[in-house]
Amino acid sequence: MIDVQNLSYVVDGTEILHDVSTRLERGGITALIGPNGAGKSTLLHCISGLESPSCGSVRIDGLDPFTAPPRSRARAVALLQQSPALVSRLTVHELVSFGRWPHHQGRPTQADHDAVERALVAFALSDLADRSIATLSGGQRQRAFIAMTWAQETPWMLLDEPLNALDPRHARDLMARLHALSRDGARSIVIVLHDINAAAGWADHIVAMKDGRIVAQDASAALLTEDTLREVFDTPFELLEHRGRKVVVAR
Amino acid sequence: MRGWLITFAALAALIAVSLLLGAASLEGDGWLLLVSRIPRTMAALLAGAGLALAGVVVQQVVQNRLVEPSLTGAPEASMLGLLAVTLIAPGMAVAGKMLIAAACALVGMIGFLALAKRLPRDDAMLLPIVGIVYGGILGAIGIWFAWAEDLVQYLGAWRLGEFSGVMMGRYEWLWAIAALAGLLYLVADRITILGLGETQARSLGLNYRQTRALGLVVVSVITALVLVTVGAFPFVGLVAPNLVARWRGDNLRANLPMVAIGGGALLLGADVIGRAVRYPFEIPAATVIAVLGAGVFLWLLHAAPRARHG
Amino acid sequence: MAERRVLWLGLGLLLLAGAFLCWQIRAPYGFILELRAAKLGALVCVGAATGAATVLFQTVAGNRLLTPGLVGFDALFVLLQTLLVTALGGVGFAQIPSGLRFVMEVGAMGLGSVLLFGLLLRRDAKDITRMILTGIILGVLLRGASEMVQRLMDPSDFAVVQQAMFASFGAVDPGQLGVSAVVLLGALAVSLRLAPALDVCALGRGTARGLGLDHDRMVRIALLLMAAMVSVSTALVGPVTFLGLLTASLARHLTGTHRHAVLIPAAALLGALILVAGQFVFERLLGSASALAVIVEFFGGLAFLFLVLKRRPR
Repeated sequence: MIDVQNLSYVVDGTEILHDVSTRLERGGITALIGPNGAGKSTLLHCISGLESPSCGSVRIDGLDPFTAPPRSRARAVALLQQSPALVSRLTVHELVSFGRWPHHQGRPTQADHDAVERALVAFALSDLADRSIATLSGGQRQRAFIAMTWAQETPWMLLDEPLNALDPRHARDLMARLHALSRDGARSIVIVLHDINAAAGWADHIVAMKDGRIVAQDASAALLTEDTLREVFDTPFELLEHRGRKVVVAR
Repeated sequence: MRGWLITFAALAALIAVSLLLGAASLEGDGWLLLVSRIPRTMAALLAGAGLALAGVVVQQVVQNRLVEPSLTGAPEASMLGLLAVTLIAPGMAVAGKMLIAAACALVGMIGFLALAKRLPRDDAMLLPIVGIVYGGILGAIGIWFAWAEDLVQYLGAWRLGEFSGVMMGRYEWLWAIAALAGLLYLVADRITILGLGETQARSLGLNYRQTRALGLVVVSVITALVLVTVGAFPFVGLVAPNLVARWRGDNLRANLPMVAIGGGALLLGADVIGRAVRYPFEIPAATVIAVLGAGVFLWLLHAAPRARHG
Repeated sequence: MAERRVLWLGLGLLLLAGAFLCWQIRAPYGFILELRAAKLGALVCVGAATGAATVLFQTVAGNRLLTPGLVGFDALFVLLQTLLVTALGGVGFAQIPSGLRFVMEVGAMGLGSVLLFGLLLRRDAKDITRMILTGIILGVLLRGASEMVQRLMDPSDFAVVQQAMFASFGAVDPGQLGVSAVVLLGALAVSLRLAPALDVCALGRGTARGLGLDHDRMVRIALLLMAAMVSVSTALVGPVTFLGLLTASLARHLTGTHRHAVLIPAAALLGALILVAGQFVFERLLGSASALAVIVEFFGGLAFLFLVLKRRPR
């Protein structure tokens, strides 16, 4: 369980997170949604321990990510930042292998090699393993980075807008893959999403944010109502049902 | 494997040429070889290797392939420090000079990083431009001081690196580069992770700041060692890592030795060319490498199909 | 409004020139005046040429961070001159009258810049920073190449090149100054005539062509004019990288216009003004003339960084 207590984040006098308290239960996919500037990414970074909040506390299964040694933190939670930059001409296999670094610190064991193979298989990268990252398409590259985060084999995996710059096919493919991979309950995925329908289609829980606060949090089916969405996004929505799934349309 | 064979064969050939090439005959007891030719060859190899390794570290730290130590203001800042030493304490021991030169290089690079932080990330080519101008400003301060205090000759010797003065007893400081190379090899994984950017590196549990600081200190020390012993050389730190990366990819654990050998061979090659073109006169290796390196740089800029999008 | 500021600049330059000529003058008046006038002429020519050339170049390249010096125009000039000496031999080179020699150099320079930079501008027009970087590195390459050629030369030929290249403000050849002034005035006059077309050119290739301007031809002409002006300045005093940037940005700031009919004279006057004022302060008041070029580089570099950082806030 991730337990967030009274988290505030102020930068240059602007309050980006305002006294946020919440609990995220283990298992499945939790989506963070909300308009631009709601503080979704900042909350994600604070939970990962990579951004220090102005005040408040975070516990990841009891671990304090701000004071824990980097290595233990990196074995409890993995973050993939938005559009990660890479200058290196690494191959896919090399990049994914770096996900194991918190575990072996430079001396990989057989278990580490196995974990890398599992991640390559899970994200359908086996055929691309020896290709240079630079030669991949945007969708493949994003998959390679997520596979690296996956290979970290942390109970918690945080993804900051991974669908950015992906076309609809790759976005759907990625969400379906994450959904399937998270069914066994061993991994919990927290994901910032821009597209409400991606959240409606694949997330188990949704946390809705606005102006640095959490305005609603519930199981997806319960949270997605026209009233809640209007409140969060300040714009009217219509909720349709299509083949048993909820579809959100702006009005 | 074949790549390594070719590389070693080429290196051996270069070393042989460098040992045999010179105005004086080698006949006799090998004294000349020992005192002059071997030191000169080793100095070029070590300096080149050091600059190439420093280039890799800087590139990973700023996440930009088109930057190298001499495009971060480090050598110019170092020269400022050395000028100050020459003015205030001309008799200082070489170790002291090295230390001050390294400290100044570090300060210069920290200034560069502060500038880099304020630039947009999406435009990879802006950073080297800013680096060049920043170095130019520091250089202008140096020239002004040198003029005012009549130290222009010193500055000239530092700015235009060459190996004609290398002899036994005058270059041994460069062996420290071998030790630093070993250190870098030990932390090669960490340096590669630096290239993933601060957030990603920290998410992997790397102590980002500490690793970056270590890298920058190593770069400063290498810059100072090379500058004080043989002078400054442009582009080595840019050309060698880029060529190796294009050829063999970017896993530093596997490729650092190749980068070091490449840098050494490049600088030795430049020295040999400088000695051979107008034999028995010499062209400074820095001039040769400026032309060669600028050529390769231009090729990287244009032939490279969007190289920065890794 | 903007025109009036140009007039003020002209007036300022006149006053400053008067002060430069007459400050603490002693007998023999004629001799000293002659010396100072030659120096003043050189300063004005260099400043004006650099300022105007930079405005032209920035228009053609569509970028306000570029200067001819930054992309290696002066290095090209030095290389050409070196090659010329190598081809003709030091003695042969020295025997050509300075006027004719200069015309030859300007011609070669024009050809070289159209070939080299015309290509560059065309290829990289969409990727401005790549173009700047290419230019800078090209400059390094050209400088290195001319240094190599110089090292390969006969020592006596080398002396000729050095003398030809590093003429300082102190020792100006009156013959060369005369030719320079004529070339510069010609180039300035043509630039002013083309000012309206340049205004259109500054809108960018697509728009300019849409408006019926032969953009490519205009670029070639501008490059030729610029080559002439850079030749003037480099032949007289050697490379000054950042003076152009300083003057062109100041001129844009001061006049607040995009009209080349105003910008070009303003930049030319400002360039002259900065150099004369700088030389006046350093030589007459501080007594160290050699520092001027370095100071210009220093502040020019700072101006560049300022513009880069201001242009794109985070």
